[in-house]
Amino acid sequence: MLFICTDPEAPPYVAAEDNIQEWGTEMEGRGVSLHGDRLRPVEDATTVRVRSGEVIVSDGPFAETKEWIAGYDIIACEDLDEAIEVASKHPMARFGKIEIRPVWPLEG
Amino acid sequence: MSWQHEDVRSVVAAASAAESVRIIATLIRVTGDWALAEDCVQDAFARALSDWPRRGIPANPVAWLTTVAKNRAIDQLRRSASESHALRRLAFDAEFEGSGNVADAGALVADAGALDDRLRLIFTCCHPALALEARVALTLRTVAGLTTAEIARAFLVPEATMAKRLVRARAKIRNAGIPYRVPPLELLPERTGGVLAVLYLLFNEGYSASGSDQLIRQPLVREAIRLARMLVELMDATPLAAEARALLSLMLMQHARSTARIDTAGDLVTLEEQDRRLWDRTAIAESAAVLRVAEQRRIAGKQGPGSYQLQAQIAACHMDAPDVAGTDFARLVRLYDALAAVAPSPVVELNRAVAVAMSQGPEAGLELVDRLDDAGVLKGYYLLPAARADLLRRLGRGTDAADYYRRARDLAPSDVERRYLSRRLAETGKPTTPAGPTRNPQ
Repeated sequence: MLFICTDPEAPPYVAAEDNIQEWGTEMEGRGVSLHGDRLRPVEDATTVRVRSGEVIVSDGPFAETKEWIAGYDIIACEDLDEAIEVASKHPMARFGKIEIRPVWPLEG
Repeated sequence: MSWQHEDVRSVVAAASAAESVRIIATLIRVTGDWALAEDCVQDAFARALSDWPRRGIPANPVAWLTTVAKNRAIDQLRRSASESHALRRLAFDAEFEGSGNVADAGALVADAGALDDRLRLIFTCCHPALALEARVALTLRTVAGLTTAEIARAFLVPEATMAKRLVRARAKIRNAGIPYRVPPLELLPERTGGVLAVLYLLFNEGYSASGSDQLIRQPLVREAIRLARMLVELMDATPLAAEARALLSLMLMQHARSTARIDTAGDLVTLEEQDRRLWDRTAIAESAAVLRVAEQRRIAGKQGPGSYQLQAQIAACHMDAPDVAGTDFARLVRLYDALAAVAPSPVVELNRAVAVAMSQGPEAGLELVDRLDDAGVLKGYYLLPAARADLLRRLGRGTDAADYYRRARDLAPSDVERRYLSRRLAETGKPTTPAGPTRNPQ
């Protein structure tokens, strides 16, 4: 799983240098990219928790940070080196940062 | 045939010291499980101690040990209920079907050829996805074969902390899917740089230790040099061999000065004040020979000079000189220029400024130090005011010099450095020789 994150210290976003289409085409062609999308900003987030049987709904993200998850991609890779290569080619690696997290299946 | 226990013990000990890393590296490749590999190899050595006195020492002890460790690993994997182990077992059986005998195991260790398993091990231990302290700990534990207790002692942390660090590192390798391999050619320069950085960090942790830590941390220097030698041997065929050699040369050169670096009172002696008769000439000769080969390889490979190459040349330039006055400072400035181009850093600029001061006079150096100071990139770094104080002292500006020695002392990271700077501070009150650096007292 790739978490596409914003990074306040990254260089500003330049639309002309955003080659996400190209990335998607390459990764789908290679059979790496399984599914992925952008996410609406944290202003549109809703947080849900259940406490003492009561559903508590609140506006906003669960943690107030300057960095937030702006999208995700589920990828299938041979090993971490391939995942690093795939992530490094994603445009948001330049304008933000990408966290790679291995999926942990329930039976594992 | 009857064997004395002592004979067997010494053969086992020798095999353990020389070959256990290689056997563990092979077992990790075939089992994919670091902890299991280590346990099984340890069991194999234990069995050698009990079996060999009765049956005799096998013709090929390494192959014997590998077979026993491998069979034990198969056994453990077969008994394990976990799914990942089941998958591993299938792959294992397919690869080594019917190869339970010693000759095949010999081939298992030897066939690696250019891809020696130890090299995979080093690259995996130094993978950039591991925290730096985990890389260092794992390299010492698995590649250098130090015990967890020894590593904990060298890094001045409780053994339990170090054990936890190692467990976490192995878990990350497994869970994050860090590949057990020598990186492909396109990743090799970057990853080799990472391995060399870990070895140099190990060396410096030991080399820069002082006072009561000095003795405790000394093994780090020995291990760093030993690992660099191993890496030079293993990487001989790759285009990165030149930099690995240059690093080995750099370590040997610095190590050759270690006796002269600290005086009998445990105080720091700077390069210019060192008694050059204390330098280890044999080590210097070896270091120079290693550097020559590195240089030849670099030219043959049509590569530009790497950062370790230049650092080794800088160290060699100091050590070739009969005394401080006889040092080729103009060459040092050129070498620092080249180093700043390959690996730009404010610390390199500061060293360059000192070399400029020595070759063109303190004013020229002071100008460069001022520029660095204005840029603010070395804020809080004690060697910046220390360098400025030295230059002011040479210019005969004692009061200004004292001021900067005081600032440097307050920023110094260790007692040894603080004592050295206090000594300099005390000396600035005395008459100085403005023409050059303090001469080495005979």
